[in-house]
Amino acid sequence: MDSIILTHQLGGLLPEAVFPENKQYSEVIVPADRLHAFCESLKTTPNLLFDYLISLTAVDWKDHFIMVYHITSTKYRHTVVVKTPINSREHPVVDTLSDIWKTAEFHEREVYDLFGISFRNHPDLRRLFLDDDYGYPLRKDFTDESRMIVK
Amino acid sequence: MTFDIYDFSGLTQSIDKGLKASMSPGWTLLTEFVIIGLIFLIFYAILGLFLVYAERKVCAFIQNRIGPNRVGPLGIFQTIADLIKLLMKELIPIKNADKLLFNIAPFIVIIASFMAIAAIPFAKGLHAIDFNIGIFYIIAVSSLGVVGILLAGWSSNSKYSLIGAMRSGAQVISYELSIGLSLLTIVVFAGTMQLSGIVESQANGWWIFKGHIPAVIAFVVFLIASTAETNRGPFDLAEAESELTAGFHTEYSGIKFAFFFLAEFMNMFIVASIAATVFLGGWMPLHFGVDNAFNRIMDYIPPIVWFFGKTGTVILIMMWFKWTFPRLRIDQLLTLEWKYLLPINLLNIVVVAFLTLMGWHF
Amino acid sequence: MQEEIVKNIILGEDDDYIINVGPQHPSTHGVLRFEVSLQGETIKKVVPHCGYIHRGIEKMCERDTYPQIIHLTDRMDYLSAHMNNEAVCLCVEKALEVEVPERVTYIRTILDELNRIASHQLWWSAMGMDMGALTTFFYGLRDREKILDIFEESFGTRLIQSVNAPGGLMQDIHTGFQKRIKEFIRYFRKKLPEYDQLLTGNVIFRERTEGIAKLSLEDAIQYGVTGPSGRASGFSCDIRKIEPYGTYPKVDFKEILHTEGDTITRYKVRIEEMYESMNILEQLVDNIPAGDYSAKMKAVLRLPVGEFYQRVETARGELGVYIVSDGNKSPYRIKFRAPNFSNLFIISKLAVGYKIADLIAISGSLDLVIPDIDR
Repeated sequence: MDSIILTHQLGGLLPEAVFPENKQYSEVIVPADRLHAFCESLKTTPNLLFDYLISLTAVDWKDHFIMVYHITSTKYRHTVVVKTPINSREHPVVDTLSDIWKTAEFHEREVYDLFGISFRNHPDLRRLFLDDDYGYPLRKDFTDESRMIVK
Repeated sequence: MTFDIYDFSGLTQSIDKGLKASMSPGWTLLTEFVIIGLIFLIFYAILGLFLVYAERKVCAFIQNRIGPNRVGPLGIFQTIADLIKLLMKELIPIKNADKLLFNIAPFIVIIASFMAIAAIPFAKGLHAIDFNIGIFYIIAVSSLGVVGILLAGWSSNSKYSLIGAMRSGAQVISYELSIGLSLLTIVVFAGTMQLSGIVESQANGWWIFKGHIPAVIAFVVFLIASTAETNRGPFDLAEAESELTAGFHTEYSGIKFAFFFLAEFMNMFIVASIAATVFLGGWMPLHFGVDNAFNRIMDYIPPIVWFFGKTGTVILIMMWFKWTFPRLRIDQLLTLEWKYLLPINLLNIVVVAFLTLMGWHF
Repeated sequence: MQEEIVKNIILGEDDDYIINVGPQHPSTHGVLRFEVSLQGETIKKVVPHCGYIHRGIEKMCERDTYPQIIHLTDRMDYLSAHMNNEAVCLCVEKALEVEVPERVTYIRTILDELNRIASHQLWWSAMGMDMGALTTFFYGLRDREKILDIFEESFGTRLIQSVNAPGGLMQDIHTGFQKRIKEFIRYFRKKLPEYDQLLTGNVIFRERTEGIAKLSLEDAIQYGVTGPSGRASGFSCDIRKIEPYGTYPKVDFKEILHTEGDTITRYKVRIEEMYESMNILEQLVDNIPAGDYSAKMKAVLRLPVGEFYQRVETARGELGVYIVSDGNKSPYRIKFRAPNFSNLFIISKLAVGYKIADLIAISGSLDLVIPDIDR
């Protein structure tokens, strides 16, 4: 589907969505409390059918986090980038998407491990790579004198 | 019947007479025991060394590389170097392992293979025991090796060893059936279980030719079953390195591991020599019919050369299997035996009995 | 009878018999631990534990400059090292809107396909070895040496070429490059049918892989299983066709798709991909245009503020590089969407109900490279 038509259709699904400029894919910013419902409708709407979650990650912008989801449709071959801001730094929480796309379960465990963002209703939220008392390395305020070389 | 083949019983009788002349019969017997025991021990050890070297060279040839070539000319002292290394390794004692069984297990395996070697005729008159139930004895005695394997796995007190030993035990016990039944076909043809009798009956042609189709079927089944019985080749799941470390002998080190290793190769030799004796004529040269020029020419090659040549060929085939095929899974292995080999064997025996009755073999 | 003996003797009160396959194990091809819960020989549950080789590549990239992070990506999926490099270079070039010379795209694609063949050869060797056919290890590696000789002659290294830089290559190819590749193709076309004779047609191998661990198309999409493992289930995920890069738009090749999704299908897809890669090489090797081996780039690269995503097809699946830039010399955040990470977790679903021996066959057919999972 053409990206302008796609943007229009996504706007129809969720009026509060914001559509920033992106040269590559259609991008949409969704508030955190509407994320799960929005993603469900992305997957189930007949002419959207976003069934393949390519990548799930988070970016630390020092005063808030942004979750970034790249999702594509195997039938229509259109791609969308969904972003959700998380405003709390002490207890960042967002809904899990593992009931919509199963691969999200493991990507979310990685984000939990490296950023400390919790996911509501996640079936098995444990750390994936690191020890339980390690801290959250990909946060911008993480320091570890013995293991990090800072330029 | 046979022609000018040198009869070793002349030699053994003369040694016996010589000993009896100088000692009482009791001491003579003891001395003879010691002499035979020593000869077999040395033979066993040298053959083991040679077989390990041969396996490595054959494996290398199939895999398009050279194999051992540094230690000694063409690498022939490689096995001796490995042996010295194994002898110098620490015998790691296992905590909580059943010490008596842990130490006995390798010996049981070696004893079983020794007992089987004693009955095999290497040339006319050259064998240690010549029972009139030779084949029955060999089958019975080679079953003792299973006890050693199970004890090894059980007493090691390790999950991997136990799984390996259980798998191996199930495998060996199943395939013994096929071995026994396929040997029985030739016993029915030859009319005797005595090994020297079976070899003599092949004076006008080997059973694999005389017995035509049923004998060939029995030979193929015997080859498959014996590869499985000795835990070799595509049936080596029990010691599959890439799945369960080393199976039942994971916890063994040093000389005890060398015993298991050696026993595996000697078992291979034993089943190959049984195949050669029963199906391929043992020490009997290649004859067709009785008393013609071809037979006389064949007789010039000494019987010992015939025997080791045939055994060597069967060993080569078994090594070829191992390095070509992937491994069978345990349930596929057992299915092969119980659903395929056993019915074929039973049918074969019925056919053979009928053929012998009718006289429809050469 | 076997299960009862095992339960009564070893376990005591526990219900599950738990074995660890790994982290040191000849068959897991890297440091990965499978916690397997067994009932007799049958697997009840498999839980993979990764993280033994987590090096924090994404965090290290936030400290290094753009030309430097290329050399960190080599160490993720080291068997597709050139494709990882190319992904980052393409992303940076897309962000800077740099036009690379056509010669560079041809050479990059040729190296991609050579890497793909070398990676599949190593996979075939290892898969045969894990199944017990130890000879396949030597045959596959013997042929792979021919490709590694080409790399060594051209760039000085065997496994990791390290010849990419943003804007092009770090050095040009030497004059015998095309001749060597044509020699290799002639040699390998004769040898590849041997692989089928040795392993594919073998009855024992077929018994162990046919019908084992079927991956449905639905699951492949849900779990994000890409690459040959996904294409064996009918998931059309070849990035070379979906979002073509390099010279792939100009080359004529088939995307290998099957539908059965069992272990032997994943095996067949990779063998057929080797044939297709040779076809692509034949179309490209004689037509490398003359020109520069690199575009003119500034000494210090600063990407404009924004976000950039590049998708690339490695030998194992779809690699995604996501760069968030705030205008500095280093990325603000870089995320690698690793193909092996998504391919790993399908094992918990595929292996249930099969035997331990099958677990080895399944993980061999999925072709996992562990450093890519952990990054």
